[in-house]
Amino acid sequence: MLSQDILVVGGGLAGLAAALASDPQLKVAVISKVHPLRSHSVAAQGGINAALGNSPDGQDDTWEKHAFDTIKGSDYLADQDIAELMCEKAISTIYELEHLGVPFSRFPGGVIAQRPFGGAGFPRTCYAADRTGLVILHTLFEQSVRRKVKFFNEWLVTKLAVKDGKCLGVVVYDLATGDIFPIKARAVIFATGGYGRVYLRTTNAFINHGSGIGIAYRAGVPLKDMEFVQFHPTSLYDTNILITEGARGEGGYLVNNKGKRFMEDYAPSAMELAPRDIVARAIQTEIEKGNGFEDQYVHLDLRHLEEKKIKKRLPGIREICINFAGIDPIDAPIPIQPAQHYSMGGIDVNAQCASVVEGFYAAGECACMSIHGANRLGGNSLLDTVVFGKTAGEEASHAVKGGKGSKDAERFLLDEALEVKKKIEEWGKKDSGEKVHRLLNRLKVIMSEKVDMFRNKKDLSAALDEISELRGDYGRVLISGKCLRYSQELVNIIEFDSMLDLAEVITLGALNREETRGSHFREDFQDRNDKDWLKHTLVTLKDGKPHINFKEVNITKYEPKARKY
Amino acid sequence: MEYVFRILRCDPMKDEHPYFQDFSYETEEKKSMLEALMDIRNEQDCTLAFRYSCREAICGSCGMVINGKFDLACRTMVDSLKSSVIVIEPLPNLEIQKDLAVDMEPFFEAVRRIEPYLFSEGKIPEKGHRIEDREMDKIFQYVNCILCGCCYSACPVVARDERCLGPAALAKLFRFVKDPRDKRPFSNWSRVNTETGLWGCDTVFKCNEVCPKDVRPADGIEALRRKLVVEKIKRIFRKER
Ligand SMILES: Cc1cc2nc3c(=O)[nH]c(=O)nc-3n(C[C@H](O)[C@H](O)[C@H](O)COP(=O)(O)OP(=O)(O)OC[C@H]3O[C@@H](n4cnc5c(N)ncnc54)[C@H](O)[C@@H]3O)c2cc1C
Repeated sequence: MLSQDILVVGGGLAGLAAALASDPQLKVAVISKVHPLRSHSVAAQGGINAALGNSPDGQDDTWEKHAFDTIKGSDYLADQDIAELMCEKAISTIYELEHLGVPFSRFPGGVIAQRPFGGAGFPRTCYAADRTGLVILHTLFEQSVRRKVKFFNEWLVTKLAVKDGKCLGVVVYDLATGDIFPIKARAVIFATGGYGRVYLRTTNAFINHGSGIGIAYRAGVPLKDMEFVQFHPTSLYDTNILITEGARGEGGYLVNNKGKRFMEDYAPSAMELAPRDIVARAIQTEIEKGNGFEDQYVHLDLRHLEEKKIKKRLPGIREICINFAGIDPIDAPIPIQPAQHYSMGGIDVNAQCASVVEGFYAAGECACMSIHGANRLGGNSLLDTVVFGKTAGEEASHAVKGGKGSKDAERFLLDEALEVKKKIEEWGKKDSGEKVHRLLNRLKVIMSEKVDMFRNKKDLSAALDEISELRGDYGRVLISGKCLRYSQELVNIIEFDSMLDLAEVITLGALNREETRGSHFREDFQDRNDKDWLKHTLVTLKDGKPHINFKEVNITKYEPKARKY
Repeated sequence: MEYVFRILRCDPMKDEHPYFQDFSYETEEKKSMLEALMDIRNEQDCTLAFRYSCREAICGSCGMVINGKFDLACRTMVDSLKSSVIVIEPLPNLEIQKDLAVDMEPFFEAVRRIEPYLFSEGKIPEKGHRIEDREMDKIFQYVNCILCGCCYSACPVVARDERCLGPAALAKLFRFVKDPRDKRPFSNWSRVNTETGLWGCDTVFKCNEVCPKDVRPADGIEALRRKLVVEKIKRIFRKER
């Protein structure tokens, strides 16, 4: 049986950072369902935050101010000790990335350039034009080539094997061969990213099904704050490809069909650079009030930035607009609408990236360490993946070197794999039944109509019923293409199981939380309620049913106040 | 509109030769080739294999040959092809694993051979490296490479001799050699001073033509050649002195 000391699942930024930080004396491998460079991290555009103080307007910046902005942006749901930890580490992290090869854009004098981003007191976001994700992911991949990191690409993890509270390994589906088999591991780190494709409109890659979060949940690991789903204000109308916040950071305007910069009605001092939840709701409100175009979108106008700046700072955005919308932002405003973008919630882990299951860690977007609380600031996720990916690698290495392996692990793992195989055989035997892409579409419609930016009890309860009905139909799912090699259908069938769980947990959390905080807006409870709700939601699967618990928010020195921008 | 999608199919486990299969496809909406392929897979044949991820021309998964043109399926709009018959083939110069999914390993192996990482020396400078933006601008063209493999599979030199490094790897090497932070010894990078490396290129510029990201790898190859020659001459003079 294939056996590893540390198994990293996910080849995005968090996964590669974890692998690179793992002790080289240990046997470490990265598993990913796509080649690492195809991970969704590669699409990140706008930048990564650190209080370097390089901008002439940002010389007074400090990591404490970065922490404060992060906490305020989170609507005070962030665990303040962890937000502080991340912001303090941010500065050395950027210099480390640069030393590894990241080609950041520069200010005159040669220091790393920084641009303003939403919810930030200073220009703090380091960038490489608008291809920051591409350059960081490629750099970490290059470093893993140098370090000869072992990769198993196009392997889908289908199950986490946990026995008596201890993680023993995983079961995988190898796309190239069609085989299902177990891998033994003394520590498993999930860096499996977000679940954007649970929604119809999302900026996320087609592959972002979020199965890692669902697999952890099935294995008994609690999920935290899943009701907090970030909607990005500016995705390209129709395709929902992201138009980075950096476009507003560089000075872009949001304009409605009356030609008005409407953000003055919603966030008069921060304007376009208010936090995402506020801007996204403002846009949607304008559209619903009839101030949009075709009742679908508003304009993001970059024309006044002029050709030179657009070509230099936002070449990728220009390329996207030309390729996918047939417009050039130098000459025409960009039609934009909000779309799902990021998951604040995820697998519940502590400051060491460790979960309640011994030997099981998580980092990056799939994890919830409670840095981003109820709303993440732009530029903080890339930072989170690199800082805490590294932590996960280091902590798992310590644990593995101190601990000992389990007996009987192999027997157990083989049984787990057998169970997966049996399920697949069943799906394959059927001649008629439900096709997975139809189920997936139904799920997206439910989530987009009823668990979207504006929520209420009636819709959320109806969504829960519909999700459970869908689960019934999933019982009749079939594999229609009988060849199991490179079967994207099988990948989708396996991942859909997780997507149902995620949808349920998101909706349940949203229904339960009777207040409005950050991205979670309840039409029937429009105020933040610190007295009853300044706490994290934890959902754990017990006897096949979700159970809700709560956990306190860690407050160091920033007393919760009303958010004003 | 109604289209015929003529897709090259091959399952090397059972087919001796690849063959074309026609699928009819109807759409009134503006769709990318990738979306169309997904529709065809979902509705007509779930065994149809192809790779994808980001759908916004940045992850490099979905390179293929569409009506004779190398491109990413996600950024090619069906209606832009102005043809009701659309022929889709996998990237050539690489072995088919299944249908449109090819074995990218030889391509990545070529990339690995050039030591594709920054040789940075010493400790991390406290406030970072000092590099003017214009220095960064010189490499940005090459930094845009997404390693999709289109150039490699379109390259006539690679087609002739699979030991050749191909355009992407060489352009990447230039990206590093040109980076002011990179301290790789001349003896390392001059290893490409061979017929399967730098001098293999026929300068027919196929790579520049097919690159979906405007990287223009041949620019890098030519610049690297010049740099190599200059370095060699410098070395000769240094020895004489
Ligand atoms: C378009 C876009 C732009 C963004 N721009 C920015 C930005 O400018 N700044 C910023 O801070 N943040 C940005 N973000 C957010 C940020 O990019 C992501 O949150 C972050 O990159 C996630 O990284 P990750 O490593 O956690 O996951 P990912 O990069 O999504 O990687 C997940 C990995 O897990 C693998 N995987 C998943 N499930 C399985 C499984 N079951 N089995 C095996 N492998 C699996 C995948 O193959 C992949 O390799 C952006 C997000 C989007 C959508």
